Amino acid sequence: MIYIRAFIVGGILCALAQVVLDSTKVNPAVIMVSAACTGAILSGLGLYGTLVSYAGAGAAVPLFGFGHTLVQGMMEDVAKEGWFGLFTGGFRASSAALTGAVVFGYLMAVLFNPKG
Amino acid sequence: MKFSRQGNSTVVFPVMPVVRSSACVVGPREGKGPLREGFDLIHEDTLAGRTSWEKAESLMLRQSLDIALAKAGLDETQIDFLLAGDLLNQIISANFMAREFDVPFIGLYGACSTMAEGLIIASMLVAGGFARNAALAVSSHHDTAERQYRYPTEFAYMRTPTSQWTVTAACSTVIGVTGDGPWIEGVTAGRVQDNGVTDANDMGSAMAPAFADTVWRHLQDMSRKPEDYDLILSGDLGKIGSLLARELLRKKGVDIEDRHRDAGLLIYEDRPEIGAGGSGCACSAAVFSAMVVPSMRRGELKRVLFVATGALHSPITCQQGESIPSIAHAVSLVWRSEEVKP
Amino acid sequence: MPRANTREKEAYRKLSIKASPPRSVLRNAVVAFLVGGAICLVGQIVLSWISSTGIGRVQALSRTQTIMVFLGAFFTGLGLYDKLGGVAGMGAAIPITGFANSIVSPAMEFKREGFVLGVSARMFQVAGPVIVYSFIASLLVSSAALILAR
Repeated sequence: MIYIRAFIVGGILCALAQVVLDSTKVNPAVIMVSAACTGAILSGLGLYGTLVSYAGAGAAVPLFGFGHTLVQGMMEDVAKEGWFGLFTGGFRASSAALTGAVVFGYLMAVLFNPKG
Repeated sequence: MKFSRQGNSTVVFPVMPVVRSSACVVGPREGKGPLREGFDLIHEDTLAGRTSWEKAESLMLRQSLDIALAKAGLDETQIDFLLAGDLLNQIISANFMAREFDVPFIGLYGACSTMAEGLIIASMLVAGGFARNAALAVSSHHDTAERQYRYPTEFAYMRTPTSQWTVTAACSTVIGVTGDGPWIEGVTAGRVQDNGVTDANDMGSAMAPAFADTVWRHLQDMSRKPEDYDLILSGDLGKIGSLLARELLRKKGVDIEDRHRDAGLLIYEDRPEIGAGGSGCACSAAVFSAMVVPSMRRGELKRVLFVATGALHSPITCQQGESIPSIAHAVSLVWRSEEVKP
Repeated sequence: MPRANTREKEAYRKLSIKASPPRSVLRNAVVAFLVGGAICLVGQIVLSWISSTGIGRVQALSRTQTIMVFLGAFFTGLGLYDKLGGVAGMGAAIPITGFANSIVSPAMEFKREGFVLGVSARMFQVAGPVIVYSFIASLLVSSAALILAR
């Protein structure tokens, strides 16, 4: 069942990040950066694509999936138009998430105030 | 010239300056804490009706000073010096508060030790005959400190168990020649200590050596034992810092175990989000105003060593990997009665 | 000596570790698993719902991510997401909703300093590094794949 797989895979990825955070005492921002980069590397090795087909949102929603999205985009564009695809694929593939982040981020900042 | 000094680094006052009044204005979380009875004004909202937390902090500072002056029955023309400090860059809360008072102003920065730093200077100003009355005001605010020292307040992260919760409060006190007391018998200014702690989320560990050093030097200078005090109050060492400080003093042959309490552990109930305890300039100051002064006036505490501790770091130096220098200042307060001679 | 030497620092570090409570690694990991899993489950429900309209796989995934970004931003605005993060740590930070939180929280926080140097300049305080490094990493990974494929 895809829902259970999404829950378990997504949960494991988050739990792994938490264990790394607790054992290295680095700050949370570093873990978030590392997660996205790890996703990119796993994607390059062809592993993350498999995980996404297995767990769906369980692999696509965690930040690891962001790195994967970028690599996929770059590889696709490289296949279409050669090395210059490295410069176009990343933003093309992640445009929806990034635009969403900018637009919704700004909107929420206008609408709401921090509660502390 | 005759100097009023004892030992290497303690100042003793032949004529003791008096704590004429003290007042404390707090935020909602502190107002629900164990010391709620002792506060003069409790805000229901961390914004205190203002448009920003910085404005709220400055307002609270002003309110606390107004209340302290009213309690002492003084107006600003009778105050010769106003001393104030807080945690924000350029001590803005204090500066903005000071523009509301027509009193010569001295800005202080001692991180969370500012209360004791201010008491030292104010009592010397009064005892030296340089001021009839000196007012001291300090503040800290959880949300202003959080956004300056750590992350935006809405950032979703888990606080570490060693981290401490900045107290939202402002406290003022007036030091003068006559008044209700308690009296300030002596003060020991701290030396900056650095034991190499680099974790900005573990300030208790960073500050414990400074506390131990100042307490030890004070006891040496005064030729006293911890038992001579009814209470040795540390500012905001928290759980971990308190353990470490006791251990460091034990190694020097001083056992403060039954006399020592920490303001950071007195101000809140023990809850997970508080972490290791309260912190901030107003942490020690709130306990001073809401607990120490009233208890002494009731005669329950005869002699108190008030030791506020401060971690003297900035987010920039921490990011650059610098360790956290820290400081602790000690103020010895007495309640005059038959048992305790002036 | 107010400034400790290396040996004293090391001794003090050991003392400090002894005094500190151990981090509850297992408990934190379990909570991160449950909360992170639950957020991904929500993501999967959204994904399945979008996929049921017959849209392509890649488009469905990117729409899901955008909707999750919206949800993360919205709950941060309501002042609820930081509470979740306080309990779940990485369980709230690692899903893309946490990425949205890292954008909205400084944007909202610095609104009082204005909309240009406040909101928009601070927006990418944490998300900026994530974007920068994931682009660099992806570029390196893709370049390596490109070279190896020759």
